[in-house]
Amino acid sequence: MNARQQAHAWLLLLPAVVLLLAFTHWPALATLIDSFLSTPKPNRPSVFVGLENYAVMADDPIFWQAVRNNLWFAAVTIPFSVGTALAMALWINGKIAGRGFLRLAYFTPTVLPMIAVANIWLFFYTPDYGLLDQIGGAFGLPAHNWLGSTSTALACVMVVTIWKEAGFFMIFYLAALQGINPSLREAAAIEGASRWFFFRRVLWPLLMPTTIFVLVNAVINAFRMVDHLFVMTRGGPDNATTLLLYHLYEVGFKFWDQGYAAAITMVLLFSLATVALVQFFVLDRRAHY
Amino acid sequence: MRDRRHPPSANSPWLDTVAAWVLALLWLLPLIYAVWTAFHPSEYSAKFTLAAPLTLENFRRAWEAAPFARYFLNTTLLVALILGSQLVLCTLAAYAFVRFEFRGKNVVFALVLVQLMIMPDVLLVENYRTMSRLGLIDTLFGIGLPYFASAFAIFLLRQTFKGIPKELVEAATMEGASTLQILRHVYVPLAKPVYVAFALVSVSYHWNNFLWPLVVTNSVESRPLTVGLQVFSAADQGIDWSIITAATLLTAAPLLIAFLLFQRQFVQSFMRAGIK
Repeated sequence: MNARQQAHAWLLLLPAVVLLLAFTHWPALATLIDSFLSTPKPNRPSVFVGLENYAVMADDPIFWQAVRNNLWFAAVTIPFSVGTALAMALWINGKIAGRGFLRLAYFTPTVLPMIAVANIWLFFYTPDYGLLDQIGGAFGLPAHNWLGSTSTALACVMVVTIWKEAGFFMIFYLAALQGINPSLREAAAIEGASRWFFFRRVLWPLLMPTTIFVLVNAVINAFRMVDHLFVMTRGGPDNATTLLLYHLYEVGFKFWDQGYAAAITMVLLFSLATVALVQFFVLDRRAHY
Repeated sequence: MRDRRHPPSANSPWLDTVAAWVLALLWLLPLIYAVWTAFHPSEYSAKFTLAAPLTLENFRRAWEAAPFARYFLNTTLLVALILGSQLVLCTLAAYAFVRFEFRGKNVVFALVLVQLMIMPDVLLVENYRTMSRLGLIDTLFGIGLPYFASAFAIFLLRQTFKGIPKELVEAATMEGASTLQILRHVYVPLAKPVYVAFALVSVSYHWNNFLWPLVVTNSVESRPLTVGLQVFSAADQGIDWSIITAATLLTAAPLLIAFLLFQRQFVQSFMRAGIK
């Protein structure tokens, strides 16, 4: 490796690396620093306050509500969207009537803007007027304010998320299924294995790397899918649908509390880093047979 | 993906067919509902009868009620700006990783991969401060800048470039091609399907992106469609759902139409981008 080559390599890398440093690594570091500083005011520059921002966070009931909501959100949307995606892929990969149409139907939500479909779903959920209440009304059920009551709002938001994500994850399963040697299925058929046995003993293990890949993506999405909240609930009612990133947005851009926002960002960064480390050190080792 | 290499797997029993179709109809239901509402006068928006007259009036009123033409222009420029920068910068970076041995290569690559996990969305408070220091608040350039270098693109192109046979590169070197000429005439043409795949994924992502543009923009001149739509539907329209759904369909239309026309390319691109 001569100096000329080194210089070439660095010149090629330079623009991309500078931008990555400026908008990923530097802000992550700056957030850490800011989380120990007070929010600057016009007549008072920021000063070191130690862990005060974290103390504010620990005392903020909305923060804890957002954590709880986010955990529920992840615990429900991840298994449902991944499970639905797998079922969709198995169907489409089989010899089923209208495969082209089914694939189109499943995948369509992926290409639509979340902010746009949130409008449609909002209408869907509207009391009395919306489709959900109209269908319910046809069966004699009373009208219900789906997004307006704390008991159903988060569930409604989760349904939209699963609807949006499943088709996207389906694609990865579909790709994996097409890479599986068809003679495996023939061999299983000759041996008289049941469909369930074949799935559990052959397909599922072979799909494991895909499942892990999809799971990691689903976890990341659980922390960053908040677009629909802006249209459907604005975190309400009574913070029932506030997720962490949405809370961060409110603290950072509505209350302009930079120090506290930095502390919340650190929580998000820490969560994402944990996902990355688990993936790297635990899952990747176990994914290969 | 009517893939002819693999015979379709065993016949699905009728129960699967029914379940698959029910799910598909459920999946399309919100869209069908929106189309119904947008193409009929508002008094039919929740009344389903075949006698309902079709109309484009809702689209006309939505188009006039907000500067959607400007929003369309902004989004188009933004998506083109981001995609163009990503293709150039990430091609160069990926090429450096594949063609050269240099000190710190693994460290730099590890630093690139960090962005796969920590997307600019999460860092929006700090990035907003950076943009205001650079005076880029409320500009299209400011919306795009954090996305110009995409770890995903670098990773994807690096994997692709690695698979290009050494013999081709050696042959080009023998003929006296320079480093950049080799990139331009050997690597880039052979990676074309991957470029198409990445372009589709990137365009869909940025056409639909919302949170960061919402934060950095505050005027009609720089707002992309998604933010424009949100501002439009949040401002009290007397909650005329017909107009709001018409605006919603307008926003989604270009991608939706492109997807319906090039369905297979879309699905295959998302697949290709995902497997690497």
